[in-house]
Amino acid sequence: MSVNGQSNNGPHEFASPTTSGAARPVRGAVIVGGNRIPFARSGGAYTKSSNQDMLTAALDGLIARFGLQEERIGEVAAGAVLKHSRDFNLTREAVLGSALSAETPAYDLQQACATGLETVLGLANKIKLGQIDSAIAGGVDSASDAPIAVSEGLREVLLDLNRAKTLPQRLQVLSRLRPKDLAPDAPSTGEPRTGLSMGEHQALTTAQWNISREAQDELAFNSHRNLAAAYDAGFFDDLLTPYRGLARDSNLRADTTLEKLATLKPVFGKNLGAEATMTAGNSTPLTDGASTVLLASEDWADAHDLPKLATVVDGEAAAVDFVHGKDGLLMAPAFAVPRLLARNGLTLDDFDFFEIHEAFAGTVLSTLAAWEDEEFGRTRLGLDGAFGSIDRTKLNVNGSSLAAGHPFAATGGRIVASLAKMLQAKGTVDGRPARGLISICAAGGQGVVAILEAL
Amino acid sequence: MTDKYTTLVNQGLGKNIAKRLGLPQPALLRRYKPGQPLTNGPVLVQGNTAGADELAATLLSWDLDVRRHAVPREKLGAIILVLDELSRPEDLEKPVLSAASSLRDLGPNARVVTISRPAAESPSPAQAAARQGVDGFLRSLAKELRAGATANGILLADGVQSTAPSALAALRFFLSGRSAFVDGQFLTVSSAEGHLPGDFEKPLAGKVAVVTGAARGIGAAIARTLHRDGATLVLVDIPGAGDHLAAVANEVRGTALQLDISTENAGQRIIDHAVQRHGRLDIVIHNAGITRDKLLANMDHARWSSVLNINIAAQLRINEALLASEHFRDSPRIVSVASTSGIAGNRGQTNYAASKSGVMGMVRASAPGLAGHGGTINAVAPGFIETDMTARIPFAVREVGRRLNSLQQGGQPSDVAEAIAFLASDAAGGINGDVLRVCGQNLVGA
Repeated sequence: MSVNGQSNNGPHEFASPTTSGAARPVRGAVIVGGNRIPFARSGGAYTKSSNQDMLTAALDGLIARFGLQEERIGEVAAGAVLKHSRDFNLTREAVLGSALSAETPAYDLQQACATGLETVLGLANKIKLGQIDSAIAGGVDSASDAPIAVSEGLREVLLDLNRAKTLPQRLQVLSRLRPKDLAPDAPSTGEPRTGLSMGEHQALTTAQWNISREAQDELAFNSHRNLAAAYDAGFFDDLLTPYRGLARDSNLRADTTLEKLATLKPVFGKNLGAEATMTAGNSTPLTDGASTVLLASEDWADAHDLPKLATVVDGEAAAVDFVHGKDGLLMAPAFAVPRLLARNGLTLDDFDFFEIHEAFAGTVLSTLAAWEDEEFGRTRLGLDGAFGSIDRTKLNVNGSSLAAGHPFAATGGRIVASLAKMLQAKGTVDGRPARGLISICAAGGQGVVAILEAL
Repeated sequence: MTDKYTTLVNQGLGKNIAKRLGLPQPALLRRYKPGQPLTNGPVLVQGNTAGADELAATLLSWDLDVRRHAVPREKLGAIILVLDELSRPEDLEKPVLSAASSLRDLGPNARVVTISRPAAESPSPAQAAARQGVDGFLRSLAKELRAGATANGILLADGVQSTAPSALAALRFFLSGRSAFVDGQFLTVSSAEGHLPGDFEKPLAGKVAVVTGAARGIGAAIARTLHRDGATLVLVDIPGAGDHLAAVANEVRGTALQLDISTENAGQRIIDHAVQRHGRLDIVIHNAGITRDKLLANMDHARWSSVLNINIAAQLRINEALLASEHFRDSPRIVSVASTSGIAGNRGQTNYAASKSGVMGMVRASAPGLAGHGGTINAVAPGFIETDMTARIPFAVREVGRRLNSLQQGGQPSDVAEAIAFLASDAAGGINGDVLRVCGQNLVGA
């Protein structure tokens, strides 16, 4: 199991230098596989599980699947969007609680819902540069075990109290306390600069792009149907490890119908003047869960007799000015994808799978509508016309967040591992490796997208 | 973990009360730990045949304290009765009675092992009678022994010497704490195949083993025991048990394969995983099994077919794939978990007993096919074993089930695992198509 320094468990063994510094050639970073725990609706099976519990469980399942016990991995990176201040070293703590070697370094990363995909891209880059030979990317979130902060007023009083030296000083500080200061400050999905929730933001975009209720419900229906079929086919047998009595995503409604979805009342965009179309059925629920992805250089994977599913080809981040209403909050991927494809000399026709994160059905459909819009293409993307359209039969073929749920930072790992497995099964298409596109929108008007290719 | 009653009657007041009231006094069994001596004291080898002499010489080379004649009042770890040249029933008396005079010198957890020959191969009725006589003698003696002592027998096929690899390996197994819950049983050594390990503490070193149903109970114990004995493990269980499976895999440094063994291509997927990830496949332990108990009058299709499908049909399909694979030809080993239910029957378990009897039939019929590649296939039939499953049996029924054997207690999952590890070893290459009961000599059944 050990060929070079990276893979050794010995305390102080080093990779023998091949080329030093700037002369070192860039190499490939491959996805070996992944593991996640089933995603649970908030307040459900994982109500009492912390982010650290869930991330550790996801790591341990990955370790068991690939025989990584006591292995010193090059680096582990993960993160959570809703994070307790005590979890300042969340990923490292999870590593220490796992079956990995305690000598495995780790760091936390946070980029809202793009956290999981960004850990994959960052670690893949380190592998490509030869800085590390193996890595585990991941993410976790608990909406059930969310941190609750004290009010700003109480916080200031407590800090001043700590600095006060005498009893009169302390009493004086305490006298500033008002009843309203005792109300806790719970986290919300509201945007700090607009005060609007993510759903209300998307409702603006959905209305702007004239996305119909029927189209949104159909996307949600397909997500549930595809995810249920994937479970029934055993697709997740080597992507998922049960946790706390849950063996499937608890949000999945295998028996849902378009009729049932059509009966749900709108929850967002009720005061826009236009018809409100966004329901609990075509929006993702608050979810708990964790995911991990094992990345490696080809040599490391070969030396450890591990599979190589796909390569991480390239990634791109984008952000939009949603504060001034120039673009919708979740529309950054509409800009990131065209830039990424241009850099790689590809068009939407060159892909076999599209994994567009379903924050809301409206997000996916608005993005696709923007790409198909001539004016958007000309004025916003600087193209001659529309960016292009995708073959809908290649979209989220094994379900996505509307069915699986969306534990913010864990979604990237879910998508990367699933897509890598799909690409490996597809193999080659017209003599080229099968190719997949990932698009994930994030709070703050951001988006991260990536290209994976079968090996 | 030893049951509470057994713990109670092995210490202080509880021990006294049980003795005065004549209550059962199950012993704390001596179970194998690495580094433990083979026996608890000297070994008396009785019998005056060439086979006995050769065996005694071999035991001496293992640094055992060997006696050819009993020393009065010396506590013994074991008595080995070599009866490999019986020709008439009268031949039994002398060795048996001389062993009898040493029985009171047996220490706690001592061993009696007979070495004789199978009656079926006898050329004459008188010889068959003598050979078969050992069977009744041994099983009765096992019921007379106390304080955790057991009696088991080795049957050497005609032409197989007392020092054949598997004869010695079976003897070591019976003498050691590995056979703690095996009592009143015979192992048949049918050939001189197999070879003893370089290191008796790591008999499975370099082997890649697959264990099905490894997430908990007996399967998890098998995984731990094979790991301790040096094997690299692939652990299989249904996807729904994946969390427990991962925990076991991380404990024994193996790989977890979430797979429903009843799927059509399960055998190929097991082979592919073992070969891709570990480079080879040497041992397959068919442990996965389910119960769906119901009186036959109330039996339905779902209960019957699920039990038969998972407990026997899946094993048959996987074995077919194994036997067809070029990766399973280097002295391969298959060990199946059967059950004493399949031997003695059990009310409410017509489906389960049929499946487990089926396992024994399959094992016997598959033996010649495995022998072609120097391989073996055997089964282990557990009796009452202390698992999560038996812990759910109502108290009174459980108490009866657990005491109705010569050792007056339930076995541990590790006891089943030890028997399996032994049959999976290279040294057991001469044992093929056999069924070994791990039941403490349960009073029901054969």
